[in-house]
Amino acid sequence: MADDRLTIAGREFRSRLWVGTGKYKDFAETKKAIEASGADVVTVAVRRVNITDRSKENLLDYIDPKKYTILPNTAGCYTVEDAVRYSRLARTAGVSDLVKLEVIGDEKTLFPDTAGLIEAAKILIKEGFIVLPYTNDDPIVAKKLMDIGCPAVMPLAAPIGSGLGIRNPYNLKIILETVKVPIIVDAGVGTASDAALAMEYGADAVLMNTAIAGAKDPIMMAEAMKYAVDAGRLAYRAGRIPRKLYATASSPIEGML
Amino acid sequence: MAAGLTVAGLLQELDIRSDRVAVELNLTILDRSEFDGRNLQEGDRVEIISFIGGGTR
Repeated sequence: MADDRLTIAGREFRSRLWVGTGKYKDFAETKKAIEASGADVVTVAVRRVNITDRSKENLLDYIDPKKYTILPNTAGCYTVEDAVRYSRLARTAGVSDLVKLEVIGDEKTLFPDTAGLIEAAKILIKEGFIVLPYTNDDPIVAKKLMDIGCPAVMPLAAPIGSGLGIRNPYNLKIILETVKVPIIVDAGVGTASDAALAMEYGADAVLMNTAIAGAKDPIMMAEAMKYAVDAGRLAYRAGRIPRKLYATASSPIEGML
Repeated sequence: MAAGLTVAGLLQELDIRSDRVAVELNLTILDRSEFDGRNLQEGDRVEIISFIGGGTR
């Protein structure tokens, strides 16, 4: 896998599994799960520092920004203005222009507001951000995001945290065929086979949080996801056999008694 | 709040590492290089943000 790097906006990534850092029991578990996943990109949220009840520990004490690419997201933002504001704050707090852009449209589904997403992406790209947009599994919107200058597009597999797996494989396949920047399947993965399937279809990477953090054993699931993403990627590159209705013998007839 | 307190001074008073936060003063984001020189006034609105665990939401 060493020769099969993922490149986005001139940055090279080792792992095709990207992971979130939310919903873990504590920072120690977060750290262990990330290590087991082999991921080198980790997403973080941008929030107020709690000055009245501040634990001395910081996520970045556990996740070394020198070792990992810290990808701040705009999770929780429901308007273009908020998403832009959070992105700017993230850039100032961090060290890079990378942002995982989310403009959420609805509290119950957490589906993206794709009109707002495109608008916010345009503003941020003009300001020099490297915008990785969390979008719906809509091929037209995905293509628009590429056209305005997003160096990768992140369509969902299913609603965030739902664990439903890839709900619309045909749309995903159309996106993979028509959008010529890396596609990172983001959100909705439930278990290892979902991640493997996304990679077998030809996704360039998979981003997940709940599937790992919410598992009974998050660290073991992180490892499972690592193998799933690697296996799916290898299978994609190797090229699967076509499906056939009838059997084809694997053993030769010649030499039979 | 002590008179003449700077943003850097405020962070220090709150025991917050300045290299891991962004500070917004009256809705304008400050560059880290401004922390030392920027004095806070009565009625200023200061937001201090940092990264926390998050995937989505």
